[in-house]
Amino acid sequence: MSRHAQTDVVIIGAGPIGLSAIFACGHLGMRCHVIEALSDVGGQCTALYPEKPIYDIPGFPAIAAGELIARLMAQAAPFAPTFHLGQQAVKLTRAGDILSVEMSSGSTIAARAVIIAAGGGAFGPNRPPLAGIERLEGTSVHYWVKDTAAFTGKRIVIAGGGDSAVDWAIALSEHAQSITLVHRRERFRCAPASLQKLDELTRRGLIALKVPYQLAALQAEAGKLEAIEIGHIDGQREWLEAEHLLAFYGIASDLGPLRDFGVGLSEEQILVDPATMETSERSVFAVGDISLYPSKQKLIVTGFAEAVTAARTVYERIFPDRPFHFQHSTDRGPPQLQPAQ
Amino acid sequence: MISLTVLDADGISHTVEAKPGLTVMEALRAAGLPLKAACGGSLACATCHVIIAEKDFVRVGPPSEDEEDMLDQGFDVNRTSRLACQIKVSSDIDGLSIRFPRQS
Repeated sequence: MSRHAQTDVVIIGAGPIGLSAIFACGHLGMRCHVIEALSDVGGQCTALYPEKPIYDIPGFPAIAAGELIARLMAQAAPFAPTFHLGQQAVKLTRAGDILSVEMSSGSTIAARAVIIAAGGGAFGPNRPPLAGIERLEGTSVHYWVKDTAAFTGKRIVIAGGGDSAVDWAIALSEHAQSITLVHRRERFRCAPASLQKLDELTRRGLIALKVPYQLAALQAEAGKLEAIEIGHIDGQREWLEAEHLLAFYGIASDLGPLRDFGVGLSEEQILVDPATMETSERSVFAVGDISLYPSKQKLIVTGFAEAVTAARTVYERIFPDRPFHFQHSTDRGPPQLQPAQ
Repeated sequence: MISLTVLDADGISHTVEAKPGLTVMEALRAAGLPLKAACGGSLACATCHVIIAEKDFVRVGPPSEDEEDMLDQGFDVNRTSRLACQIKVSSDIDGLSIRFPRQS
């Protein structure tokens, strides 16, 4: 990936609406680069509910969210989009008609238009609201495991009740000095085999269970975690000495740097003119869940239409001298990237 | 209209007039209270987590198993925690006292 790419349109967010925007732009002869914070495309459909059936996509009486994403990818493929996965859009700058979007890697993409299709914002770990936690992230507090060796001989607290929490408790129990698994209730949501293994390791004293408990506070010294306070659901609190906390509470979305893109906001949504989907910033558009206008409905099907609406004005911005010819896909033939006539 | 008393994360009390038929999540958002409700009420996140006053909990009842599973992603969860998107506004909950989870 070059540090300074150029394209027609930068799409921020590879959820269903961002993917549909590739087609909407491609249909009008425009190339797209797509920036996605997660390591995979699909947004909420992939990250939150890939197996849930969706019933309100016209033409599909029922379709699993993951399947819808696979089909949107296939539909976008002829337009040869470039994906930047695991990258957050962190900064928007403007020089004349050229907009530049900087990514978390430091690379930038220059384009004539930006379509923000970021849903509820970029996904990241669902961070426990504990004072001082940010300063310990990556050193003592972790939301994923990169290198199990770092935990050898350490006292580790793992928080959460799903597969990640249980599986890492099991996997690290061989290496760690101690593992304490903290969860707000007795029941864990995990594969039956993992639950059996957890029971066995708990009986053998390799994993200590603290249920029903929740994280209450962190104590650190010189940037290193020393102890974690946990609270019983009925109130009593106690401290656990630990060098590492692994917190597995799923993922959460946040507008993050988009707040500073200069576009008009209402709480967590971007205000647009519904006739064009343009924001308060010229040539910056917002579609899908993140966009707001009167009577807005946060539906995939509405988002699809919003992307098509945006693409029309994007075209006028990019090709100010070319007339806009409305064309049905049936007239245009099989999708391929070609200059609009 | 159904009246709800809401203690926000800063400890400020609000009285919300809620339209029957909405969910509590929708009613609180309509009243301008900062409830994220990221998934829009589809039981796919825990960002509309609220805590029902103990005395009122019997009026809303316990969460379903699916709701319990999502509450695992919440913080400051206790025995009377619910997701506001799963509670319907009706005369059964008139005068209900709820609070938002603590932020730290």
